[in-house]
Order: sequence, then structure tokens, then C-alpha cells
Amino acid sequence: MSRISAVFRRLREQGCSALIPFITAGDPQPALTVALMHALRDAGADLIELGVPFSDPMADGPTIQRSSERALRQGVGLKDVLEMVRQFRRTDSATPVVLMGYLNPIEAMGVDAFAEAARSAGVDGVLAVDAPPEESATLLAALRSRAIDAIFLLAPTSRPRRIEAVARVASGYVYYVSLKGVTGASHLDLEEVGRKVAEIRKRVPLPVGVGFGIRDGDTARAVAAVADAVVIGSRLVEEIEQAPIAEAVQRAGDFLRGIRRAMDQ
Amino acid sequence: MKYDLPDSHGHFGPYGGVFVAETLMAALEELCEQYQAVRADPHFLAEFSHDLKHYVGRPTPIYYAQRWSEQLGGARIFLKREDLNHTGAHKINNTVGQALLARRMGKRRVIAETGAGQHGVASATVAARFGMECVVYMGSEDMQRQAPNVFRMELLGAKVVPVESGSKTLKDALNEAMRDWVTNVADTFYIIGTAAGPHPYPMMVRDFQSVIGFEARQQMPEIAGRQPDAVIACVGGGSNAMGIFYPYIDIPEVRLIGVEAAGLGLATGRHAASLCAGRPGVLHGNRTYLLQDDNGQIIDTHSISAGLDYPGVGPEHAWLKDSGRAEYVAITDGEALEAFHDLCRMEGIIPALESAHALAQAAKMAATLDRDQILLVNLSGRGDKDVNTVARLSGNP
Repeated sequence: MSRISAVFRRLREQGCSALIPFITAGDPQPALTVALMHALRDAGADLIELGVPFSDPMADGPTIQRSSERALRQGVGLKDVLEMVRQFRRTDSATPVVLMGYLNPIEAMGVDAFAEAARSAGVDGVLAVDAPPEESATLLAALRSRAIDAIFLLAPTSRPRRIEAVARVASGYVYYVSLKGVTGASHLDLEEVGRKVAEIRKRVPLPVGVGFGIRDGDTARAVAAVADAVVIGSRLVEEIEQAPIAEAVQRAGDFLRGIRRAMDQ
Repeated sequence: MKYDLPDSHGHFGPYGGVFVAETLMAALEELCEQYQAVRADPHFLAEFSHDLKHYVGRPTPIYYAQRWSEQLGGARIFLKREDLNHTGAHKINNTVGQALLARRMGKRRVIAETGAGQHGVASATVAARFGMECVVYMGSEDMQRQAPNVFRMELLGAKVVPVESGSKTLKDALNEAMRDWVTNVADTFYIIGTAAGPHPYPMMVRDFQSVIGFEARQQMPEIAGRQPDAVIACVGGGSNAMGIFYPYIDIPEVRLIGVEAAGLGLATGRHAASLCAGRPGVLHGNRTYLLQDDNGQIIDTHSISAGLDYPGVGPEHAWLKDSGRAEYVAITDGEALEAFHDLCRMEGIIPALESAHALAQAAKMAATLDRDQILLVNLSGRGDKDVNTVARLSGNP
């Protein structure tokens, strides 16, 4: 069983939801990413989504865009991100790591070369934001043959036919984007999220994570009540952005610990 | 075999497609269905033709640039006068088409991205005509370079939003417009200005622009006695080139030549020639040739002409290049400027700096060809918007 499936099975047995923080690799400094990952795990992260910086992050709001720009200014590329995962794995062989990013850096490396490097570094899942199931055949084959999960997005606008298309190819978990819009947007309609998650569960036999719009303990707790996982990205990246560099790791951990506490109440 | 690309998934060979986040898929599917429906609807096509004639001022003439041709001393150069369209460029053909579609889909708000401002102006124009709210995203860098067009858009009632992310140019404006669309997808129509982006945009923009080539195919035998030996057009994203190339694809004797911006020279790295110097990748919803570094990051481009200053290119051009049906070359800032001045002085026509790239290529070729050869250049826009840039480069304040 993959590390991702194992985590969700354990949590289901315990009756709780997963907490999934997102950070951009290389932000605020490449040297801090591995420490941030450990701090997040210690603060209660069940799985870590690591953003691969891209020059044109079309689906991201201003906060994640800025984090991507900070990382790129320091020269962080996909190879560096994979190296960070490899380092993280030296002392943590249990916490799943999912790479989240855009297709072009993966294709520039070569889809097969990337999948092989990701497997060897200890990556558990890949979410290529701009690669919907219809355009993912090559990537899917490369990931599958290395037992790496292919994570896909679902949106409020996803019709049943599309949910089924994602169900056919996704593994690990699916990521429901709870808002129309880009990462970091506000206004979460919890009732609507609950309805949609229920609709997805009818068609997708995988855990459902919910992200976009989760900004504090209250929303995290409310989402945890209806979803298998709570993804928190922009708000966490904001915390890292606003902290002095020397305190970024500590502040990120403290913030996530607060979310975890609220979810476990 | 008759050319019939793209396939039903928007693929031109390995290029094109739909590479967007799930959040946009429903909107693109809706657009695809609606566009497929109107594409063959005689009522819609009649509405479109009516507006092209009475609002845009079509058909545009083809003009024989005799003095310039004779001075060059070779082939005869004919110009397809898209500069004579309402708003001064070919861009309006497409915005009229998309606005009619937006109206049919019941969308009250349109958004657009713009680089030089021509597509922004054309979008603001049709939004005013159809009583729609219009928001135009423009890189803050481009807003400074093209201040008069910003004012024109505002006069037309549009809101121009400066984009401060990335390189603050066209590609970032496109990212921002996509983000707006994802957020406001229920009531908003995104008018993409070039033959790029996710399916169905490359096909739809080409279709709306193909009026240029269909007119030319009819006009050339009348004015020149036959079809041209070569059709030449500048290529940024490539909408004016696709518009004039498309109706000629099935006439193999006619060479199709796309002209990219070589900026300061391909060897300097300061250019915008994705087809000549880039490699395939995925950006802005489609697979195509891109200017990118070894890590797959999109790199900053340079051209004297803001309309060609884009690191990608429409996917159909990528396919036409690989299949060998079209040829792609690049012209430097300096060569384009020289052609700009020549056309002003020899023919009394101030061309857009974008179009001047195609003119420069025609001048290069004409000199090596016999007088019985015919070149048709798409003069995609007029150069009023560029006079300040040219004045600055000529040392005038």
C-alpha cells in the first residue's frame, strides 16, 4: 500500500481527517524548506504538499504567486525540489509528500526522467495543476509504473461526467477546490462544500481533500467534519511571508499546530 | 487530403489541447459546445458578416505597393490592408465574433488581456457597442509603453487593470485574465486576442480571422491575375497570420511565411522568436513552442513591438512548422524599423511595428526574386500607436 493510502486508512480508523499543509519549495529560502517540512509534520501535518515554483502560476492567487517568485529568484527548479524531498526522507520515511505544480517544468525534465527521479527521491504523489485527465496519459503511465499517486483537482463547476473522468485515473486522494477562483480567495460556503463532497464520494472511491478558502481553525474544523482531508495553503504561505526569515519555521509550525488543535477538538 | 485540424479535442498534431486547471474545464466545455453550435449557424454567420461589413468596414482592399516594389527591384509586393479596419488593426475581426458569441451566451461582462493595447482597444470597442462591462488586463510595463491605448480603452468605457506580477507584460496579463475568468466564470466571457490558449480559442480566433485570407483569395486573381507565390505575415501569438494563412493551406503552390521578432538578434537571446528558437512545452492552456530555460521556466522576451513580445505562439503555427506547410523566419528590431520608414516614405502608409516585421521579410525576399513573382503581405495594423516609440528611437524627444 502506498504511504498516502496508509495514512488515510489509519486516520479513518481513528475517525479523524488529515491535515495537509502546502508550502512552496524554496520559499522563503531554499535552505529552510526541509526544516519547514519537519516542523509542519511535528505540528500535526499528515501529508505535505510541496509546491514546485513556476514562472506562470495561472491557477494561483497573489500569495502563492509571490512565494513562487521568491523561490525562482533564488534559482529553485524542479531538480532542487526533488533534492529537498530526498533530504526530508533521510529522517522521515512515513509522511507522504505530494508535489504540486505545473506541467511545463516536468516536461522540460522529461516525463519519464521526472517520474524516475521523483520515485527515487521519495515522492508519493504528483498534482500537475494544468494537466486534466484528458491530457495526462503520458504522465499517468510514467507515475503509475513507479507507484506514484496521481492527484487530480475537482471544482464546484465539475459536472458528473468530469467527476467520473477523474475517478477513472486518480489515485491517493482527490483534491476538491472549494471555491471558484484561484488559491487564496475567500468566502467559503460550507453547506455547499458538504453537498459537493457527498456528490464526489458517490462517484470517486478515494479520500476527498478540500482546499481553497481555509484560513483559520474554525473553517478547518468545519471542513474536517465533511471531508477526509483539509488542505491549507495560502494562509500558511502568508504566515511564512510575514515572519522574519529566522522565525519562519517556528511561525509556520505554530500556525499549523493551532489549526490541528482546532480540528481535533 | 483536405486540411481539417484541429481534432475534436483541439489538437493540431501534438500541439494545442486543453491544459488548464479543473476550475476552468466546465467553462471551456460550455464555450466549446456553444461555439460548435454557432460555427455552422447561418443566422450567426450572417450577423457576423453584417458587422464586419458595416461596423468594421470590410472587405479591406489589397493594394499594390508599386513604388516600394520597384525600388526593391524584384518581386511585386501586395498589401492586405487590415490597417484600414475600424480601430486600426485586424484584432477587431475576432472581438466582433467573440462578442456576438458572448451576447448569445448571455454573458454581461467581458474580459481581455492586451500587450500593445490593440486587442484591448478592440475588446473595449465591441463591449461599448454591445453594452457590456469590460475589464482589460495589461502589464504595468506595457501600460507605460502604450499610454495612448490605455486612454483609448478608458474613453471606450473599459476598466484597465495593471498587472504587476512576473515580467509585467502580455504573458502575465493573460495569467491574470485567466484568474479573473476562473473566479467570475458564471457571467463573464473571456475574449482571448490571439490564436493561442486552450481549445477552442485557437480554432475560434483563427476562424474569425480567416475572413482576411478568404477575401485575399478572392481579391488576388482580380487585382494581380493570380494567387501570390508567397503569403507573409508577422507572428506573435499568430492571429493575423493564421487568419491569412488558413484559407491558403490547401493551395500548396502558395508558400506561407511567418515572421517572428528577432529583437536584438537571435544570438543575443533578447528576442521573442518561439518557433525559430524555442522548444515545445505547455503554457497558457496549450502545448506549443515556448521560450523557456532548462528548468522549464518561461523566459522574458524582447521585441521593439509589444504585440510580438510573447514567449509562446499559437499551436496551429507549431503544427504548420513541424509539418513543413509553413516556414518561419525572424526579423530584428532594426530591420523592422527600416521597413517601417520605407513604407512611410515610399507608399504613404504608416505600418504597425508588428506588421513592419512582415514587410521587412518581404523586402528581403523581393530583392532576390523576379518581377513576375508576387508576394502578399498582411499589413495587420496601422502604426499610429507606434509613432512615439519610433520618435524615441530616432533620437526625438
